[in-house]
Amino acid sequence: MYNQTEIIKDTSELGAEGELVINMGPQHPATHGVLHLVVTLNGETIKKIEPHLGYIHRSIEKMCESLTYRQFIYVTSRMDYLSSHINNLGCALLVEKGMQIEVPDRAKYIRVILSELTRIASHELWLGAMAMDLGAFTPFFYAFREREMITDIMEDTCGARLTMNYIVPGGLMYDIHPDFQKKVKAFITQFKSKVTEYEDLVTNNVIFQSRTKGVGILSAEDAISYGCTGPVARASGVSCDIRKIYPYEVYDKVEFDEVIETAGDSFARYIVRVKEMNQSIRIIEQLIDNIPEGDFVGKTKNVLKLPKGEFYTRVETARGEFGVYVVSEGGTTPHRIKFRSPGFSNLSALNHISVGSKIGDLMASMGTLDLVIPDIDR
Amino acid sequence: MNKLEENLKYRKNTTMTNEEIKEYISSLAPAATYDESGEWLNILVEPTTIKPLMTTLRTGKMQMNYLFCLTCVDFKTHLTMVYHLSATTHRQSIVIKANVNRDTPVIETVCDIWRTAEFLEREVFEMFGVNFSNHPDLRKLILEDNFKGFPLRKDFEDPINMIKL
Amino acid sequence: MFSLEGITTSVQDWLFMKFNPTMALAMECVIVILLSISLFAILGLVLVLMERKVAAHIQIRLGPNRVGPGGMFQTVADTLKLIMKEGLVPDMADKFLFNLAPFVVMMVGMLLLAPIAFAKNFQIWDINIGVLYISSVSSLSVIGILMAGWASNNKYSLLGAMRSGAQIVSYELSAGFAVLTIVVLTGSLQLSDIIKAQENGWWIFKGHIPALIAFVLYIIAVTAETNRAPFDLAEAESELTAGFHTEYSGMRFALFFLAEYINIFIVCAIGATLFFGGWMPLHIGHWESFNHIMDYIPSSVWFMGKTFFLIFLIMWFRWTFPRLRVDQLLNLEWKYLLPISLFNLLLVAIIAILGWHF
Repeated sequence: MYNQTEIIKDTSELGAEGELVINMGPQHPATHGVLHLVVTLNGETIKKIEPHLGYIHRSIEKMCESLTYRQFIYVTSRMDYLSSHINNLGCALLVEKGMQIEVPDRAKYIRVILSELTRIASHELWLGAMAMDLGAFTPFFYAFREREMITDIMEDTCGARLTMNYIVPGGLMYDIHPDFQKKVKAFITQFKSKVTEYEDLVTNNVIFQSRTKGVGILSAEDAISYGCTGPVARASGVSCDIRKIYPYEVYDKVEFDEVIETAGDSFARYIVRVKEMNQSIRIIEQLIDNIPEGDFVGKTKNVLKLPKGEFYTRVETARGEFGVYVVSEGGTTPHRIKFRSPGFSNLSALNHISVGSKIGDLMASMGTLDLVIPDIDR
Repeated sequence: MNKLEENLKYRKNTTMTNEEIKEYISSLAPAATYDESGEWLNILVEPTTIKPLMTTLRTGKMQMNYLFCLTCVDFKTHLTMVYHLSATTHRQSIVIKANVNRDTPVIETVCDIWRTAEFLEREVFEMFGVNFSNHPDLRKLILEDNFKGFPLRKDFEDPINMIKL
Repeated sequence: MFSLEGITTSVQDWLFMKFNPTMALAMECVIVILLSISLFAILGLVLVLMERKVAAHIQIRLGPNRVGPGGMFQTVADTLKLIMKEGLVPDMADKFLFNLAPFVVMMVGMLLLAPIAFAKNFQIWDINIGVLYISSVSSLSVIGILMAGWASNNKYSLLGAMRSGAQIVSYELSAGFAVLTIVVLTGSLQLSDIIKAQENGWWIFKGHIPALIAFVLYIIAVTAETNRAPFDLAEAESELTAGFHTEYSGMRFALFFLAEYINIFIVCAIGATLFFGGWMPLHIGHWESFNHIMDYIPSSVWFMGKTFFLIFLIMWFRWTFPRLRVDQLLNLEWKYLLPISLFNLLLVAIIAILGWHF
């Protein structure tokens, strides 16, 4: 954040070519969160974008140095609140790897189903919010209709709609609700019948296509160099799905495609996410009928202590690769924990893809990068 | 699918065993020490040799084009810079570490090799105080501009906000 | 059979009986002024509520349903709120222009009410250059918008007003050409002549291809002229500003808001008059009995029905399409709509000369 004097100094800087410095945010009509962008314009063309972060910095990494290994998992739900199960899963996997805990199959299956449901919910919200940015207000309500079904399932099973504390090292906190399978199957049927609505309303819309095609192009080398992962990189032709490359849980047993497009523009990023939703449905269909009976949590001690050393686990959230890096000195709390958040690297590519385009294109690019600011600020 | 199969095939052909990597790195940075206790090969080098080593790793035989984690750890006597590298071709990961002095932590930047380091190094700068020489834009990223101190260091005191248990 | 012209003739006769001619004329003027102001107010109420209900049902929700049965009095509540809000004038703003701008836009709306025929023989002023009058007076609203943007002393308002002005001026051309198509088919600029020519069928059916093309062009052009989505970049720009009426609050904002909806009503009324026959019932050629039955429905009901159908169409557009970027918007007009409308005018001229329409 700037001091008062610095703000005046900045905005009165009109360069020789008539550059204009404007602030976008931190309060946005769009739903990206508290992101402050200082945009330098030359007429209608963007010359430089500088993100100012830190509006929702909660010093999570420092805080985790005093939380035990059972407690720090749920702090990650508050980071990327749209993929809370997947973040929790990453942390739980790390503790299990470090302490060599056995996870029963039932827990693995359910964890994967929950992760995929979370991924669909996150992509639905992204779809609605992005369409709203571009001026189409109706897909927002259609997307939330599906998302509401998922949050209902989560509420029955996990007790909460957004920050769900359900995954523990060793398995799940308690068993699933008896109606879980029935409701998930009902959701799958509804989703399949309604997904053509999104196609007609948004994907095949000429105005939408002309606003996103050719906008915000990110080449494959740049995507790798900027550390972009997830749909952003996959739309540029980089194969980076952690579920395929370093499979965890039961992802090596299910069949699904990794969606890769090569165009690298906003429309490609949009298509990748929509197709990913379909692939997630495919995974859930393969698993929902075959959940094995058994325990839902493995045997763990009450107090967890990771042995001395370093551990790194990565999972594929809706936004990209989420990595947890723990340096442990053998105690009950980590010595240093670092969360490698996908939004952080995706945001660093924003300046690169927007330079030279118009302000109207900035909305499309930012929308398709799918930034969740608490994930970036931690 | 085709690209994935290509990737997997390439991976089998070009992965190097730990011994091969050790030989390769020793030829570039003779003073490197190795630690194979963890999941990946950890390589400890001098901070002065970081830049040439990283450049060769990026452009040379191993083609490590993906820097996926850049952070710093505060051991009480020194700070350790940790770089996690990987390659999109053969998907092998290695970890490069460098110990820097606690009082005057200076290390060369790797921004020009991997663009993702710009933001990551800014974050390490504000949290730990490590100075990255030749960084294009080294200033605070997440904290306020007039924030004093380096929060993630172990000796950071904040009597108002930090509660000692 | 109920008809509005019966009321007007009886009132006129009574007035001329009671008072001397000048006094009667003055009283008639006062009555007309009161009626048009009340029509404005009622239309504003109805249209704002209609927009919210239509939006809600397209978005699978209910819309306002608390204030009054079915949410009928929602707009009254909104108007009361706007009246009670503080009307801020920015510090260095040009006070005279700032206060004048909403009234300019409202005046244009009121002036345009004059030639519209709401029912049979129920027109305030049947001027002989009816269509030309409408096109020229509607262009004056740009002045109000530019005034608002300039006088706000806010560079974002100015940017929004400039964009809005450019958009309106460009799309007037296409709208004008679409209207000219019907004028060529009718042979007269007078609105009552145009309506009378549709006695045996509406122009959109009689004029087949060129009238259909003209209708599509007209609908697109007036959506852009009234700054409605998908062309609402100037006012719903969630990127930068709220457009030229950023700095307006309270009653002045209410006037802008009202004027926008009245504009929509007026352009839809013109569209209904030109293409769908105004107050003329649906007559199909020489099917006497069918025409006779259609005549039973009062002409005011026909007119309002057609107008509200077009208003519903324009509202439907808003909630379906995303927004166009400003350069795509101007591209659409100058590179696509204008050549098509020129070609269409040529086509209709050929058809009118050869007599190939019904």
